Amino acid sequence: MGADGNVSFNMMAGLPERPAKGIYLDNNATTAVAPEVLDIMMPLLTDHYGNPSSMHTFGAMAGDAVDRGRERIRKLINAQIPNEIVLTGGGSESDNLAIVGTLYAYPDKKHLITTSVEHPAVLGLCRDLEKRHGYEVTYLKVDGEGHLDLDELRDAIRDDTAVVSVMMANNETGVLFDPQAVGGIVKEKGSIFHVDAVQAAGKLPLDVQALDCVDLLSLSGHKLHAPKGVGALYVRKGTKIRPLIVGGHQERGRRAGTENVAAVAGFGVACDLAAAGIEHENTVVRAMRDRLETGLLEAIPDSRRNGDADRRLPNTTNISFEYIEGEGILLLLDKLGVAASSGSACTSGSLEPSHVLRAMGLPFTLAHGSIRFSLSRYNEMSEVEYVIRALPPIIGRLREITPFNAERSTF
Amino acid sequence: MWNYSDKVFDHFMNPRNVGEIEEPDGVGEVGSMACGDALRLSFKLDADERIAEARFQTFGCGSAIASSSVLTEMVKGRTLEEASKITNEDIAEELGGLPREKMHCSVMGREALEAAMIDYYQRLGRGVPCHLLQQETILCHCFQVTKDTVRDAIFQHRLKDIEDVTNFTKAGGGCTDCHHDIGDMLRDCWDKIERGEIPAPAGGPLVELGAMPGNSQPATAVADADQDVVGRIRELLANDISVALRNDGGDIEFVRYQDNQVFVRLTGACAACRASDATIKGYVEAQLREFVNEDIVVIEVDK
Repeated sequence: MGADGNVSFNMMAGLPERPAKGIYLDNNATTAVAPEVLDIMMPLLTDHYGNPSSMHTFGAMAGDAVDRGRERIRKLINAQIPNEIVLTGGGSESDNLAIVGTLYAYPDKKHLITTSVEHPAVLGLCRDLEKRHGYEVTYLKVDGEGHLDLDELRDAIRDDTAVVSVMMANNETGVLFDPQAVGGIVKEKGSIFHVDAVQAAGKLPLDVQALDCVDLLSLSGHKLHAPKGVGALYVRKGTKIRPLIVGGHQERGRRAGTENVAAVAGFGVACDLAAAGIEHENTVVRAMRDRLETGLLEAIPDSRRNGDADRRLPNTTNISFEYIEGEGILLLLDKLGVAASSGSACTSGSLEPSHVLRAMGLPFTLAHGSIRFSLSRYNEMSEVEYVIRALPPIIGRLREITPFNAERSTF
Repeated sequence: MWNYSDKVFDHFMNPRNVGEIEEPDGVGEVGSMACGDALRLSFKLDADERIAEARFQTFGCGSAIASSSVLTEMVKGRTLEEASKITNEDIAEELGGLPREKMHCSVMGREALEAAMIDYYQRLGRGVPCHLLQQETILCHCFQVTKDTVRDAIFQHRLKDIEDVTNFTKAGGGCTDCHHDIGDMLRDCWDKIERGEIPAPAGGPLVELGAMPGNSQPATAVADADQDVVGRIRELLANDISVALRNDGGDIEFVRYQDNQVFVRLTGACAACRASDATIKGYVEAQLREFVNEDIVVIEVDK
């Protein structure tokens, strides 16, 4: 009993001390801007602040910076020519431009296909197209491991299917779809194939010349250590799209608006760094992820990994902890300076837990207690070891409070 | 990141009265893991029939744990009669306020208290005195849908089965625990409909599976001159306002229009939300005034 007559309970009891520096394991949400990225950006914000469209040296320097940035983005995905790269304000805009731009280009086609586990940038748009614009959308299902059924896709494509939009890597689970297999079916049937590669870029090799079935591919700067507010859409030469933002000649009429010069230059450098770091990502980062996942699953009873173990991003793990809810875990991790995210309903502000985990058939109970850790090259094994020490007592404290356990899972 | 008050954080980091009471006088259990939150509240009375001790166990987010914790402090030393006057708003206020999306956590506290009181009287072999109960309004705990909302939807749209009810109101779309209650309500409502007690809605019954509440037809016919205005109101409600509210787990239904007065009904999370006045005046009315007519007044029905 405490002094006030209440039975006291301290959430922090038994937890390790907070480390001197925060531990950021939410890199699928956003990433730190790389120092090299900031270096190239600063002069473009201070001295070389011209408008690329202007007829003077200020403008020319800015224009050169945009050209160099575009060329570096091109190289990351091995596009054939720089003009295939349309600069945008981010991944969501790229997705919108890809899908709506295609629908504008093929006004007679009224059907589109996507998956039930896409990023909200695609899913929300599709719902809007259905509700407000009379389009018909097919949402492909996934199995318990997070994979698509290609036969379902084959059956779903129609003569009036304008575009099929399928992500490359899932942001919540890291599970990979196979764009070559999906795209082969799409091109057989003559639709446009859009790939949201926002999470895959920088973590997996990308080659749009090898992936010859891909017509459109979305990229985002801030997922690979460039700043927020810049992205790109790869538009394969000869692919028709109509602009969403009009009123300027920029991006060859496909996206009006003065270029975000510094951010584009930074995005370019980030792409160079990403390309150089792919091996590191798939060895060192993967090893840290694997250690984190194995360490947590071994230390914490009634926990399970969500999504296919092998066919997924090297930096992502999504784990469900039974009998407790994700927000409490995040709040306590945050007290220790550890940043992660959850598929629980409470953390999203809606009443429904992660649509991705639900689509995989996870019961609500497991979806509410899911935590995603996503690493980057800036993490260290010592940070992973800290989390492996810190999380078991956090889960333990919350399980002391919950009315549920292995013997009793309902009232 | 939620904007939790210091007091919410205090009660989350140092929850009071965690656990179970041995030989309790009353135990209340509400919610489920599927819903995302659940609370088990037990209490023991002293010789003066005041709550001597209250304990909780909670599955849920930070504010659910904090709401449960603060509730155990609030009831202590009170008689059941006194404790029964604690509303969910009181719980939220005691915590220094809760984010709008988290008000349902305080509702769960109130529901558990009520369930524990009912249990206490059952143990004595007596019915709970009605005046101790606030109207038990929530039917679907997962999506915080009230009985009134479900009943109105059944009458208005002549809904036939649970799936219809879920499509129109979201009720029953989560843990499915309330399917039994929805089934009872469907039977009860259709008894009334078949006995002719409930007149058919204007324009005939509307059963469109998958339709959203925002698309429902008005219950009353409107004058031709108003048709255009009503069309614009409904379009704005369905295309913009409803979409925005659904992001918060709620929704809005158009009820009727008369002399610049727009009658609406909030559903889902919005229906149970203490901030619904702010939603109505600050958002819905502002939108309608901006895009339809400056003189519009929005009135929430079934509050």
